[in-house]
Amino acid sequence: MTELAHIRNFSIVAHIDHGKSTLADRLIQSTGTVQDREMKEQMLDAMDIERERGITIKANTVRIDYTADDGQAYVLNLIDTPGHVDFAYEVSRSMRAVEGSLLVVDSSQGVEAQTLANVYQAIDADHEIVPVLNKIDLPAADCDRVAEQIEDVIGIDASGAIRVSAKTGVGIHETLEAIVKYLPAPTGTREAPLKAMLVDSWYDAYLGVIVLVRIMDGVLKKNDRIRMMQNGSVHQVDRIGVFRPAMAEIDELGPGEIGFLTASIKQVRDTRVGDTITHEKKGCEQPLPGFKPSQPVVFCGLFPADASEFEDLRQAIERLALNDASFSYEMETSAALGFGFRCGFLGLLHLEVIRDRIEREYGIDLITTAPSVVYHIHMRDGQMTELHNPADMPDLTHVSHVEEPRIKATILVPDDYLGDVLKLCQDRRGIQMDLTYVGGRAMVVYDLPLNEVVFDFYDRLKSVTKGYASFDYQLTEYRQDHLVKMSVLVNDEPVDALSMMVHRDRAEARGRVMVEKLKDLIPRHMFKIPIQAAIGGKVVARETLSAMRKDVTAKCYGGDVSRKKKLLEKQKKGKKKMRQFGRVEIPQEAFISALKMDD
Amino acid sequence: MAEDWRNAGFALYVHWPFCQAKCPYCDFNSHVTRQIDQSRWAAAYLCEIGRVAAETPGRVLNSIFFGGGTPSLMQPDTVATVIEAARAHWPFANDIEISLEANPSSVEAGRFAGYRDAGVNRISMGIQALNDADLRRLGRLHTVAEARAAFDIARSCFDRVSFDLIYARQEQSLQDWQNELGQALTMAIDHLSLYQLSIEDGTAFGDRYKAGGLRGLPTDDLSADMYQLTQDICADHGLPAYEVSNHARPGAESRHNLIYWRYGDYAGIGPGAHGRLTLGGQRFATESYRMPGAWLEAVNSGSGENLRNAISRQDQAEEYLMMGLRLRSGLDIDRYHELSRQELNPARRHSLIELGMINDSGSHITVSDRGMIVLNSVIAELLSV
Repeated sequence: MTELAHIRNFSIVAHIDHGKSTLADRLIQSTGTVQDREMKEQMLDAMDIERERGITIKANTVRIDYTADDGQAYVLNLIDTPGHVDFAYEVSRSMRAVEGSLLVVDSSQGVEAQTLANVYQAIDADHEIVPVLNKIDLPAADCDRVAEQIEDVIGIDASGAIRVSAKTGVGIHETLEAIVKYLPAPTGTREAPLKAMLVDSWYDAYLGVIVLVRIMDGVLKKNDRIRMMQNGSVHQVDRIGVFRPAMAEIDELGPGEIGFLTASIKQVRDTRVGDTITHEKKGCEQPLPGFKPSQPVVFCGLFPADASEFEDLRQAIERLALNDASFSYEMETSAALGFGFRCGFLGLLHLEVIRDRIEREYGIDLITTAPSVVYHIHMRDGQMTELHNPADMPDLTHVSHVEEPRIKATILVPDDYLGDVLKLCQDRRGIQMDLTYVGGRAMVVYDLPLNEVVFDFYDRLKSVTKGYASFDYQLTEYRQDHLVKMSVLVNDEPVDALSMMVHRDRAEARGRVMVEKLKDLIPRHMFKIPIQAAIGGKVVARETLSAMRKDVTAKCYGGDVSRKKKLLEKQKKGKKKMRQFGRVEIPQEAFISALKMDD
Repeated sequence: MAEDWRNAGFALYVHWPFCQAKCPYCDFNSHVTRQIDQSRWAAAYLCEIGRVAAETPGRVLNSIFFGGGTPSLMQPDTVATVIEAARAHWPFANDIEISLEANPSSVEAGRFAGYRDAGVNRISMGIQALNDADLRRLGRLHTVAEARAAFDIARSCFDRVSFDLIYARQEQSLQDWQNELGQALTMAIDHLSLYQLSIEDGTAFGDRYKAGGLRGLPTDDLSADMYQLTQDICADHGLPAYEVSNHARPGAESRHNLIYWRYGDYAGIGPGAHGRLTLGGQRFATESYRMPGAWLEAVNSGSGENLRNAISRQDQAEEYLMMGLRLRSGLDIDRYHELSRQELNPARRHSLIELGMINDSGSHITVSDRGMIVLNSVIAELLSV
């Protein structure tokens, strides 16, 4: 139990690659929290995928003991938040659990869109913000310019920004001092009923669900009986502790402290991020504000490449869902792909992470169908249904109108590429909301349909701006538009997994791109194959894949039989990666690649 | 029930693993060495023939084939020793075919009479191209003039002389090939092997191809056109294709190769040689040590064989189908069923017939002209489950 005055809780706000993890590593290391020999790169990113992609998916926390220059011992709690837009809600909860932020900006790059999104979250949470200019060791570093940019764009005073090289260690001490000096201590009352925020939770095979909490008021002790205020469930706490960053048990957590509890909770689903934890008896009356149940935004089908692996896939998905309340799934049957699951995700990154984990950790080859957003289908009888899968689009005669989710996208881009970015946004049915200049770069704000963004917008943006643009978005509203289902027919057979919702005005163009792509993706067969895109009965685009001309081994004698046999076996294996539609075999990657748009 | 191999016969393949130079397209087991002790090699072949013959006593031998490498680097005495050893162990068929692959250089042509005297009755010459620029590109050591001279010597020594050409070469146009094939047909007697150049992994061409070199190879469309043209012209000249790349006057087919394609038994001796042998009612795939030195040593210690795998009935059926469909005469359906004990997928058969790829007489499946050029796909379709 630490005096409130000696606690500082903070998070780090940064754009990807601006050095957040390295800075966190340095803070941990310089205070002796971790022995040098135990130190590994990006200490806080636990999963391989997090390390590999340089992103944070789960909130992580570390408690740092620090004796400041004033001679006092402080406890610094760092919450490392997910930085990606997919996890905006999780970020907002983490932000509410701390009182201040370090705003880390790469001094050679400047402010990026993601920095903005996250710093606004910090401002919303009333954080005290300490600007940190990182990577000052780089030759391209321009601290004055970037400090000015922070003032211009974000509107906070950056005159005292700390100049740091997390790589060389310069400025780390100053950063620690600034945390103590400028960030406020938490408030809270020890005598009040327990009120703790559930910041994040994850599943551990040995301990069950581990719950990361921030105590607002009261005291949490071992063996306490606690209640989750949103779902009313009651649990007995069997462990309390903090992360240093390894788990270390302690006896109690008091106001202002951040730590973990375990309570033999079996499913992460029973622990909702943002929920308020109190005691079963004499609990607090009001939960903390701002709780939102998680809402999947993007859906896609996951099918085993090898149909015999369906049960393995089911197990993998169930186990991943145990640890991820924001990931939803239901069984799906596709004429083309057989049995699989329709899964809901917070966004594309979330989708990719889950898909990668299934493939890597469970060794299952997957076919992933095109991501789709959730449409609101308003029926003529006044009912509204949510459409998760374009293949399920009801008969048009019963449909009154369709609404789609829109987003507000913020893009920061060097002037040279502005034209390309505007064109990209216009092509994607965007409506320009704002265009301003921020220290030599343009900041464009667009109102865009999410369905134009979920697939490859980010790839396209990176490509047209040679990687110089940064992008972030937030969901705004559902809006009616002229949306239709486009189906694809290969050799006159409809391929349900390739159906998509498109804007009517864009149907011809999308259909054209799609059939041309498929023509390249489907290998030649012994016969010619018509490939068509259609809306209802009307064909909007058509290509013909001509028949294979030559596929024969010139020489095959006695010594070649075994070799040819092996080749045939390989071919058979390759066929497992293909899906049969009538007489046509379509390679799995076609289901994703066909929908990419190389405008 | 007679053993399956008896449908096609029994052959002996002798692999001579040495060449004067490695050709950049060739992925056969060949090595370039300065010193070769031919008597030591002859002795080793003798041992191997003795070993295999002890397992296949009393079989009538339908063919012997000296392949390589470059078997025309063998001394005629070495060839004679091998043929005599075979004769001592197996009764020869009356019409036994004894073939030897030869390079068309003047030095080698000097040995042709010796081969004839040793018992060889058919020569297969690796002429490969009828223009000097392409011969150089293919890494061949001979010129067109030398090849023609060697071919004439071969004709004077043997009734049966075949030669190979490689087409679909770099920068070769349809017209170029048509002209060259026309010249070839004026030389040809009754048998011709015409292979499209294929780029194999592990060859110099393979490496260059991967590195982005080897420009001017024909597109699939052009090589398909070349193949079709070859079929038409050869048929017009009375040398129809009896196999994917082999053309002969009816009756002049290579009996040895027919044993492979009809899925007979064959003993393979020499470095890297493969065999198919039915022993005690079970068919085996055999393979010999690949490196010449290792093979010689292994033979000294009793056997050059380093692999002998029993082949399941299903695999035998598949091998028979893969080989049999290469022939115009096609696949004997009863024989296939006898081997696999499963019916050949009727739906796939039907769909291939509809597409005009195969003909199904009820007793035989034959591949049509259209089907032959995409034979790998036809086979994959028939065998895929």
